[in-house]
Amino acid sequence: MSHNKETLREIVIETAGVNPRKCMKCGKCSATCPAYDEMEYHPHQFVSMVEAGKIEELMNSKSIWMCLSCFACVERCPRGVEPASFIEAARLALIRQQGKNHLKAEDVPAKLNDKLPGQAIVSAFRKYSK
Amino acid sequence: MQRIGVFVCWCGSNIAGTVDVHKVAEALKSEPGVVIATQYQYMCSEAGQTLIKDAIRDHKLTGIVVCSCSPRMHEATFRKTAAAAGLNPYMVEIANIREQCSWIHKDMEVGTEKAIILGRAAIAKVHLNAPLVAGESPVVKRALVIGGGIAGIQTALDIADAGFPVDIVETKPTIGGKMAQIDKTFPTLDCAACILTPKMVDAAQHDKINIYAYSEVAEVKGFVGNFSVKIKQKARMVDPVKCTGCGLCVEKCPMKKVPNEFNLGMDKRSAIYIPFAQAVPKVATIDPTACLKMKTGKCGLCATVCEAGAIDYTQQDSFIEEKYGAIVVATGYNPINLDQFDEFAYNQSPDVVTSLEFERLTNAAGPTAGTLLRPSDGKHPHTLVFVQCVGSRCDGAEKGKSYCSKICCMYTAKHAMLCREKYPDTEVYVFYIDVRTPGKNFDEFYRRAVEEYGVKYIKGMVGKVAPQADGSLLVQASDLIEGEQLKIKADMVVLAAAIEPDQSARPLATMLTASMDTNDFFTEAHPKLRPVESPTAGVFLSGCCQGPKDIPETVSQASGAAAKVIGLLVKDSLTCNPCVAHSDELMCNGCSACEKVCPYGAITYQDKEFRMPDRTTAIRRVASVNPAVCQGCGACTVACPSGAMDLNGFSNSQIMAEVDAICK
Repeated sequence: MSHNKETLREIVIETAGVNPRKCMKCGKCSATCPAYDEMEYHPHQFVSMVEAGKIEELMNSKSIWMCLSCFACVERCPRGVEPASFIEAARLALIRQQGKNHLKAEDVPAKLNDKLPGQAIVSAFRKYSK
Repeated sequence: MQRIGVFVCWCGSNIAGTVDVHKVAEALKSEPGVVIATQYQYMCSEAGQTLIKDAIRDHKLTGIVVCSCSPRMHEATFRKTAAAAGLNPYMVEIANIREQCSWIHKDMEVGTEKAIILGRAAIAKVHLNAPLVAGESPVVKRALVIGGGIAGIQTALDIADAGFPVDIVETKPTIGGKMAQIDKTFPTLDCAACILTPKMVDAAQHDKINIYAYSEVAEVKGFVGNFSVKIKQKARMVDPVKCTGCGLCVEKCPMKKVPNEFNLGMDKRSAIYIPFAQAVPKVATIDPTACLKMKTGKCGLCATVCEAGAIDYTQQDSFIEEKYGAIVVATGYNPINLDQFDEFAYNQSPDVVTSLEFERLTNAAGPTAGTLLRPSDGKHPHTLVFVQCVGSRCDGAEKGKSYCSKICCMYTAKHAMLCREKYPDTEVYVFYIDVRTPGKNFDEFYRRAVEEYGVKYIKGMVGKVAPQADGSLLVQASDLIEGEQLKIKADMVVLAAAIEPDQSARPLATMLTASMDTNDFFTEAHPKLRPVESPTAGVFLSGCCQGPKDIPETVSQASGAAAKVIGLLVKDSLTCNPCVAHSDELMCNGCSACEKVCPYGAITYQDKEFRMPDRTTAIRRVASVNPAVCQGCGACTVACPSGAMDLNGFSNSQIMAEVDAICK
């Protein structure tokens, strides 16, 4: 079951814990972002997309996985908006979607190897199989 | 028993929207002593005031309660109304049912209940009110201007031209302030020094103006019309009367490695110095932290070469006490410290400069004699990047200021334009968040920079400035309109740093008991209608101490403040506030608690002879209040342990009656 547009927006804003309306669109977050060239949406766009309720688009974009979580945008934002927190919130909204099994039981054996702790697979399975 | 009239104002829908005014009038009608309670749409209107006057006469009222807006707004209005109908103006009480009730409540029922309670408290107080008569106090016909920048100079000139003596106190060795450091002024591009220095000279030569340069305000006592100010004249080690400003000492001084503050540390000056050629007063000053004679006792070359014999190494700080009728604050601004903005590499590269430093780098009297050169290697820069809003409009972040510094958009356009005009081989970028150009010919000026001079304006804040091994600066920014990432190899980066009030403002505000906002800008008495007055009577505001402003705005405010000062100084006397403290000598135990807390020095002690119950006499030490000096703040009434101090119009019994009425 997936949430409607407005609920999804509220969830992302609540998870991020910052107000997207504080953004004055200066673009310092994008200006400072080391992963800018790898993204189709850029940090300043994350903020305006959240405000506009375009969460689905964000969740489906590659950009949220390109973010390095280096927090340069958080550090340098003059308004305390924290674009990285929105990106993280969008990632969480995606992986917490109900009924979307990101890790299926039959995939587990193939992923086991010596280098990966078994516990990591178990916890990932618990987290992503709901 | 008083005969009280209650008048409830609707204030249009301001009050009536959340307070049932009919119900309030009806409820207050049954309070003891109330002979009439009525309501009207606008009590402050002429018709409303007539209604009050008629009621005072018809019902022989001895006191009135107006339930309306804050007493700060209309108490004076209704006191005049009462006086016109033959009632003592101090028999008027205001119940604030707007700011403290209707504006802050949404629920009609709650608002109405609170309005009734506030009205009841005011009625309880009127029962104990006594008619008061205001006295008069003389006005000292002399003004003090604190700060000698363009704001202070203009204010002083205007007051002096009206015939009143003015003293300017300036903490630096010369007047002139920030404008003296600026190269050109927007939007006309005339030279700042060319228009400022004649005004400095006018101030110096005006027979009504006295300049205390290199001085500070040390202490302020008194009140409107009668301030007593102690001014500290810092020791220059040079006799300002003897010194001719010839500059021979400056030339001969062997200590030439002192960072020159006038050029913001970008070149050096000698230990004995005159800040700049047109300094007023043109008198040398010895910097005791750098002078070899002062530090080691050896040298004394300046004293040897000075033909006027003006050097005096033994000079001490001196103090002057003077009385003033009015004080104007013109303490100005400074660019903020950029230590916290390390993304712009200000502390890492000498080629990253603030806009004020850039002014000096383009000024003929600056460290490069007006030729724009890179501070690091003295070479001609080809690519310049200007960054706006550095430290301005920062909210929620721990660094920077929440406000817009207002002047940066225009001076950045000026810098960019002048760069392109003087050096057509340069590429000039301006990174902006918004370009704000409200002002006469301001937007046209900015457009000229773009259209005629080809300055590249790019929407987007710079994210990072990284000094490169080859000496260049890599500027990383996002062009938000084109949607592309820019990496510009620049020779110089100019930061439009936010401006903040001068650090002397905060302690000065304490001395003057003048209020400030959270950013340390002085608060005006009313943001729209009294913008050049501080809420403290007799204290006026001029220039950036009140908020960021450009030169034309500063000069207008300076003249506005001067007009207000002149309006005060032409009066021979001022009506005093009769709500002053008095001491009950029989209850006073002479403990001095009140004297210690009095901010105005209004309380003194006297030894007085008293008849004791056993018919003997005894000498006792008792407090007495000078009603001309007391401002009625009430600090003494709270401090007094025996309850001997009381405030006319706000007596302890009146306050308690109000509290009782509220708690009933």
